[in-house]
Amino acid sequence: MNQDAWNFIFIGGSFALYILIAIRSRAATTKEYYVASGGVSPLANGMATAADWMSAATFISMAGIIAASGYDASRFLMGWTGGFVLLTTLIVPYLRKFNKFTVTDFLGDRFYSNFARAVGVICAVFICMTYIMGQMRGVGLVFSRLFDIEIWLGVLIGASIVFFYAGIGGMKGITYTQVAQYCVMVFAYTIPAVFISILLTGNPVPQLGLIGDFTKDGVDPVPLLSKLNTLNQELGFAKYTDGSFGKLDMFCITTALMCGTAGLPHVIVRFFTVKSVKAVRSSACWTLLFIAVVYLTAPAIGAFARTNLISEIHNCQYNQAPAWFKNWENRGLIAWVDKNDDGVMQHRSGPPFKGKPVYTLQREEQGPRQVTNPLTDNANEVFYERDILVMANPEMAGLPMWVIALVMAGCVAAALSTAAGLLLVLSTSISHDLMKKIVSPNMSDTHEVLWARAASFFFLCVAAWFGINPPAEFVAKTVAFAFGLAASSFFPTILMGIFSKRINREGAIAGMIAGVGLTAGYIVYFQFLAGHKEYWFGISPEGIGCFGMILNFAVATAVSAITPAPPKEIVDMVENIRNPNDAGSATH
Amino acid sequence: MKSPYQDAPRQPLNAAASRSAYWSKSLQIVGIVLAFWMFVSLGCGILFREALDASALSVGGAPLGFWMAQQGSIIGFLFLLFLYMVLMNRLDRAHGFDQEDQS
Repeated sequence: MNQDAWNFIFIGGSFALYILIAIRSRAATTKEYYVASGGVSPLANGMATAADWMSAATFISMAGIIAASGYDASRFLMGWTGGFVLLTTLIVPYLRKFNKFTVTDFLGDRFYSNFARAVGVICAVFICMTYIMGQMRGVGLVFSRLFDIEIWLGVLIGASIVFFYAGIGGMKGITYTQVAQYCVMVFAYTIPAVFISILLTGNPVPQLGLIGDFTKDGVDPVPLLSKLNTLNQELGFAKYTDGSFGKLDMFCITTALMCGTAGLPHVIVRFFTVKSVKAVRSSACWTLLFIAVVYLTAPAIGAFARTNLISEIHNCQYNQAPAWFKNWENRGLIAWVDKNDDGVMQHRSGPPFKGKPVYTLQREEQGPRQVTNPLTDNANEVFYERDILVMANPEMAGLPMWVIALVMAGCVAAALSTAAGLLLVLSTSISHDLMKKIVSPNMSDTHEVLWARAASFFFLCVAAWFGINPPAEFVAKTVAFAFGLAASSFFPTILMGIFSKRINREGAIAGMIAGVGLTAGYIVYFQFLAGHKEYWFGISPEGIGCFGMILNFAVATAVSAITPAPPKEIVDMVENIRNPNDAGSATH
Repeated sequence: MKSPYQDAPRQPLNAAASRSAYWSKSLQIVGIVLAFWMFVSLGCGILFREALDASALSVGGAPLGFWMAQQGSIIGFLFLLFLYMVLMNRLDRAHGFDQEDQS
């Protein structure tokens, strides 16, 4: 059987599974559509949340970023897992007790204001749109590589599948497909890692391979990380275990990512689907456990991939380069320019030429693809796209064809599961928070579900359009925006809503506007307008959400202190959500 | 650590006092969990990383600070969530807030 047949079996098989699950769990009422009737088991919700959380970017790019930047990438590892501690101890048990359908509902009710509700809708739509564009692009890329089709066709196939089970099945359909997608993802991520770990360190547990000894080719065992530090330094890179960020910057970025994670609406609403506050706590443990399986493997894959890449490429004759090198060169993700005309590839620090490779059409027999980019004057001759490290890993390690197909199915599962969760928040923001709560409060249940489906169709079309015509620079820069916005708007405002009885409408609104204003202003100024990198106190735009959050707290407290206290029924409501008894099932 | 409310009757006579005791106790639990959360991630992984890397301590072949940043903190978070669940469930039981599980 050839590779195409395996790909077809794995991708086709997983799609058939998702659709089958979706058909069996169609949603008819708003309660089923928004929170799957509130009866999902903690274990199933844990898997679904893990799949929801781990996006195409986590699956495809994270290990590549770790491989390229070593210690610096720890900000993602800690930020995207540490946020769950904040989420579990400060946010979700109380919002589950509050017992409504959306995060914005809490803002609107707790601060007795439709203005707060509207700010919530805008933030939720912006955060989710930023995210979902990347997912659609990811699906398109994987499909186009797998089946040699155009990217737009791949995006459309992905979008129709997501619409089929998210638009039709609502939260109920999403939950059980996400459980299946988690299983596909976790095998796709860890199985290649197991093989590579055995190959490089002799340890079958890849998570332990990171701290193990390098034993490939029967050399004397040295710790893998020392080996990597030596390799890096020989080639003029910084030590793998050393960072390049300032300490304060690293601190702020990690904090912003953690608080942003705790304020992301598509993660919070997943916890509305379990039965009680007690179930929320155990579900959070399961969630982090399932996420940790992948996140503890990622640094190992990063270190393995870097070791493999350097030891196989550096000082290797081009005509003896491994097959995977030429495969990915053919797909335009690897390039080699022979700066010193010796026919041998030298890998050094710094980009080999300016920008992404632009290939010429002619190519000598057996020769490398020629690029027309202006060369840089460093000694590096090899260009590779970081994202290939996970996808090319199985080939680098010479794994069987079915493993490669499994990895592809895993990429697609990661992208689809996140896209579906985001789509649900986008559609409920419109149908529930905007239409039902602000525009026409007398709308019937059936109409609301109809609005939700129409809104998810609309947002999917927008997302697909951006997936086909990505504003590339823009997307990369706005990811910082999504987390900064969540950290400076949702997280502090929800937190104060639960833990303070004194914060009132005026305070919350002023706080959100100040926090979002500072964060958005700083990011827009430095990413798009300034053209230089003289950051305030060395804080990069990724980390400014941390200060936006502090400003939000300060402004909200100050404004609340000089304006009237919230009414008695709001204070009673806060008192009530602090008491875990009888969370009941969600109502509007 | 034994809660003074563990032996209290299921429905305490003074409900308001019990509620405020429950709330201050849960704030304590959250405070403890978050203090450790900050220590393992922002502390060991970032602020004291160089000191830990330079120390003789290591985890397998990895310097301690680097390992805390890449793997140790995640394992720490898992323990903390488990601890939070156990402590909060015990507190709920002591205050009679867990009746729904018996039905």
